[in-house]
Amino acid sequence: MQNSFNIAVTVNDTRYERAVEPRILLSDFLRHDLGLTGTHVGCEHGVCGACTILFDGQPARSCLVFAVQAHGHKITTVEGLGTIDNLHPIQEAFHEAHGLQCGFCTPGILTTIVPFLEQNPDPSEEEIREAISGNLCRCTGYQHIVDAVKLAAEKMRK
Amino acid sequence: MTKKFIGKRVKRNEDPRLLTGQALFVDDVEIPGMLHAAFLRSDYAHARLLSIDVSAARQRPGVVAVFTAEDMGEDWQPGPPLVSPPPTAKDVIFHSRRQVPLVKDKVRHAGEAIAVVIAESRYIAEDAVEDILVELEPLEAVSDLEKSLQEGSTLVHDDLESNLAAHLIQKKGDYEAAREKADLVITRRIVTDRGAAAAMENRGIVAHWDEKSQHLTVWDTTQAPIPIRNGLAARLGLSANQVRVIAPFVGGGFGPKMMMFYPEEMLIPWASMKLSRPIKWIEDRRENFYATTQERGQNHDVELALSRDGHILGLKDVFLHDTGAYDPYGLTIPLNTQCHLMGPYDIENFTSEVSVVFTNKTLVTPVRGAGRPQGIFIIERLLDIAAKELGIDQVEIRKRNLIPPEAFPYEHKIIDQAFAPLVLDSGNYWPVMKKALDMIGYDQFVKEEQPRLRAEGKYVGIGITPFIESTGVGPYEGARVTVEASGKVFVATGVGTQGQGHFTTFAQIVAEQLGVAVSDVRIVTGDTTEFHWGTGTFASRGAVVAGNAIHASASIVRQKVLKLACKILETPEEELELECGLVRVADTPHKSISLGELALLANPLRGAVEPGTEPGLEATAYFGPQYGATAFGTHAMIIEIDPETMMIAIKRYITVEDCGTVLNPLILEGQIHGGVSMGIGNAYYEKLHFDENGQLLNASFADYLIPSATEMPRIEVGHVETTSPLNELGTKGVGEAGTIPVPALFSQAIENALYNRELEILETPLSPNRLFELLVNEEKSR
Amino acid sequence: MKPAPFEYYAPTTIDEALSHLAEHGYDAKVLAGGQSLIPMMNFRLVQPSVLVDLNNIAELSYIHPDESGGLRLGAMTRHHQVEVDPLVAELAPLLHETMPKIATSQIRSRGTFGGSLSHADPSAELVSVSVALDGRFRLRGQNGERWVPANEFFIGLFTTLLEPDEILVEAALPSMPVRSGCSLMEVARRPHDFALVGVAAVVTLDENKLCQQARMVFLSAGDGPMVAHKAAESLKGQAPTLEAIRAAAEIAASEDIDPGSDIHATAEFRRHLANVLARRALEQAFERAADNK
Repeated sequence: MQNSFNIAVTVNDTRYERAVEPRILLSDFLRHDLGLTGTHVGCEHGVCGACTILFDGQPARSCLVFAVQAHGHKITTVEGLGTIDNLHPIQEAFHEAHGLQCGFCTPGILTTIVPFLEQNPDPSEEEIREAISGNLCRCTGYQHIVDAVKLAAEKMRK
Repeated sequence: MTKKFIGKRVKRNEDPRLLTGQALFVDDVEIPGMLHAAFLRSDYAHARLLSIDVSAARQRPGVVAVFTAEDMGEDWQPGPPLVSPPPTAKDVIFHSRRQVPLVKDKVRHAGEAIAVVIAESRYIAEDAVEDILVELEPLEAVSDLEKSLQEGSTLVHDDLESNLAAHLIQKKGDYEAAREKADLVITRRIVTDRGAAAAMENRGIVAHWDEKSQHLTVWDTTQAPIPIRNGLAARLGLSANQVRVIAPFVGGGFGPKMMMFYPEEMLIPWASMKLSRPIKWIEDRRENFYATTQERGQNHDVELALSRDGHILGLKDVFLHDTGAYDPYGLTIPLNTQCHLMGPYDIENFTSEVSVVFTNKTLVTPVRGAGRPQGIFIIERLLDIAAKELGIDQVEIRKRNLIPPEAFPYEHKIIDQAFAPLVLDSGNYWPVMKKALDMIGYDQFVKEEQPRLRAEGKYVGIGITPFIESTGVGPYEGARVTVEASGKVFVATGVGTQGQGHFTTFAQIVAEQLGVAVSDVRIVTGDTTEFHWGTGTFASRGAVVAGNAIHASASIVRQKVLKLACKILETPEEELELECGLVRVADTPHKSISLGELALLANPLRGAVEPGTEPGLEATAYFGPQYGATAFGTHAMIIEIDPETMMIAIKRYITVEDCGTVLNPLILEGQIHGGVSMGIGNAYYEKLHFDENGQLLNASFADYLIPSATEMPRIEVGHVETTSPLNELGTKGVGEAGTIPVPALFSQAIENALYNRELEILETPLSPNRLFELLVNEEKSR
Repeated sequence: MKPAPFEYYAPTTIDEALSHLAEHGYDAKVLAGGQSLIPMMNFRLVQPSVLVDLNNIAELSYIHPDESGGLRLGAMTRHHQVEVDPLVAELAPLLHETMPKIATSQIRSRGTFGGSLSHADPSAELVSVSVALDGRFRLRGQNGERWVPANEFFIGLFTTLLEPDEILVEAALPSMPVRSGCSLMEVARRPHDFALVGVAAVVTLDENKLCQQARMVFLSAGDGPMVAHKAAESLKGQAPTLEAIRAAAEIAASEDIDPGSDIHATAEFRRHLANVLARRALEQAFERAADNK
């Protein structure tokens, strides 16, 4: 039985080659093998959305993908969006609109929003709520998150 | 004095790190050589442990150790009591039974830990858990509160005569006499059930015992790092200085991260010392549902005595409180319930008798609200029933009973959760309620809109619920404020932070005193090496107690700055001002010196120092309130119900909050929004379903439904400020406020929406299914 | 919550996948989108010793029309692809309407058409919708392939006609006849949750605007997709009046389904909801059929 697979994954435009056991979840691989701890793990059964990453540009639960399946694919995590000194416009908007409190769910929401705003640059409040309905947040009641997404959309349209 | 920083919508200092994935949470800690723990937990809620065989687990490659209760030897000890039992007062019964690190003789709730595996990876640790052979003899479980107190019930703790954990009666005035005079006495059974706090981050601990330096470092998702440090040191036989506890960024607390000690919290550091290896344990979501504390199960038998004009003459409440399998948190929750049963109302005669009950369920400790929502639910439900029976408007009956502004401080003549007399420090309630009525357009809705919508066949209802929240309790917090040579200010305080924005509000308090930019104030919370006096973040007290301690420290530093600058600038202190990181002469602004330069001068390398002076621009101060400050608020809601599907749509949601001085409205609104969302969960979505065997039937986020963005309405927030006389900043807490009135408000609005049904809601949480059942019963009883 | 170890194969062709399945039989589990399987593995509720991952088989991912105006979907077509595909919107409006109601965007980006069908969760929309649309599935094993009608494929709770060495490789959905209309109605606690009850309705009117066929298939109302045979019978040849619809909904809810009780809803509440939803779905479907000349 082959217990270890060599994989090559591009994460945030950097190519990583690693050997993984097939059962290792992509969330654990990103966090513990690559040290990209911005992706958070809240439930490991695909409901909370904290571990959302972009898998070839589409939002996906990294707790419901095996790392071995990411071989040859392109992953974007929150670390790939912006830096402290150069925030992505969505991150800027979350800062300005107080779109986070404890910040645990935030990375998964940011990654969900990236493709959403690409596909829908001027969303209604209802569409925003629908778009983030797969991301649970226990702190904010979502209102400032919705405001932040609206603000981000404005920023990005400019 | 107009404020420059306090009360402003300042963006948060902590955000950039959180937004870019650069903030450290416990599970982000990586240490070379670190091992991983997994627990074997009981599938049964009540069972005798007959035997356990861990030999196969120990042999699995990658497993370093497996520990059972037996293996702990003398180190196996129940946890310390977190809140002291009540002082021996007359007629108080309290049986303290504390949680154990690993089950030794019998399991008392499903999910209780039986053994821990330490392995090279979490995956291997979980494999090895499955290798353990454990023989459990299932016992009849105690799940229902009433049944658990019946004669002959199975005992959760065999050494007790019954499942009664505690008993307490509080009296004020003479209820029986008041009842005699009443025109109306309402008698009801009202039930509240359990929910989970469900912080997005589960609990986690990393413990690192360094043999060579004889030092233990623990990263813990706790709300109270200092008591954890002190408790660990005591239990592990170390000096407190050998233990450093760090609560880094924590992904939500909401109460349960304030339990001391969780079994894992003691075991992981203990195992790290045994093995001389760093060990990480991260709770998974399933464990969180079984092993993290929960709240809100109570059965109330209540009576409200009123006069014909709707004045409350007296309230009597006999209730059972579910504490789960153990009671380390003492009487905090039921006392909070008692202190909120009278709500914001002037009630002279009151009797409340609580029996705290052991059950074979997960431990109960405070969850955002902490007994308060139950108290408010009871009184508000009773007032709605009274309003209907007496034919008085639901707002009017409340208005007639509110404590008037001249009655403050209002002495309630019962004891609070700290066993101190309950006093409401300040308040002016009617203007707050009035504001909520105005914001929602109460009169217009009731007179015009609702009849019109009803004519269209719509079921729309309105609710309006006032409430109080006791906040900002003692004993104390402290802080150290230091002006550094860079001109930036460093602040250390002992409380932990779980998203409340302390790095910003605390910085605003300092900026107000020292005239520096908020972003130039660096705050450290929850690291015992930085500050080691204090208790923790709970009871909506962070901004009140730690905030005022920081204010006190910053004020002393301000005096030191002025004293030194007065010498250097050769100007009297009264003529100096602190602005933009400088001390300058008010009418000659070019005559100035920066705080950084002053800090250097205050810490000279050579030269004589005046006797009696202290080096540096630094001060440590403490704040302990005389008693807790009580906030007030009112929520109002318009709801529409599809009476065929029981699906709801919240059309408007208003909150008006009086929490004294507002430090940062942006953060305050966020706290309220979040509180309301938990309240909405409590009211209509979230319920932990335990069966009669004490088995939890919905231990996942697929079945335990916390509100998502599509269920949440937009919340309109209004403020009124009645400053608290108990602290210099005039603040009151707000962290739990959003949650407290929501179940009461929901019941009121749902009854109002289903106007053509004789519906009386006497329970929370509700659900579409439960509402359907209530309506079916109503139809049958017609 | 970490999965137990397993042997892993990631074939790039269907034949290769089938040979792995043939070799490992009941020990093997097919991994499609993994959005139901991996949570169960994380909870260790299932511990397959072998996983055969279909994600690298490019030939299983497609949407194209067939000769008769119907639609062919490869088993590994992701929900998201179906959701945004213009051909689906045009040829299978019911499916188009259904897709956004499945779970959340993060699940739809990975979850697959064939995976959902093979998993046969009685709460899954695609299970009932494919039956309502009179779909057929192509199953392939090493010894050849067979076509199975959707209404025979699902045989019980999480159970289908698939043999352990077979893969559902394709779904065929026929085109809708003229004067047809459809509707999907659900009641869910939160929109992205599994529905407490749902119903997919497809109706066809004859030239006289009488009901020629009315197929209702309920989800979360029994051990599989629950076809409302008696209700359909009651509507046949009838004018779709509100009265007839009400009567059919009543029959469907009381006789055609077999809902269970769980923590979210009692069987009684589910029957009540089924009645309400059947009425609403039939009303909408007949309205649409009348417009769809």
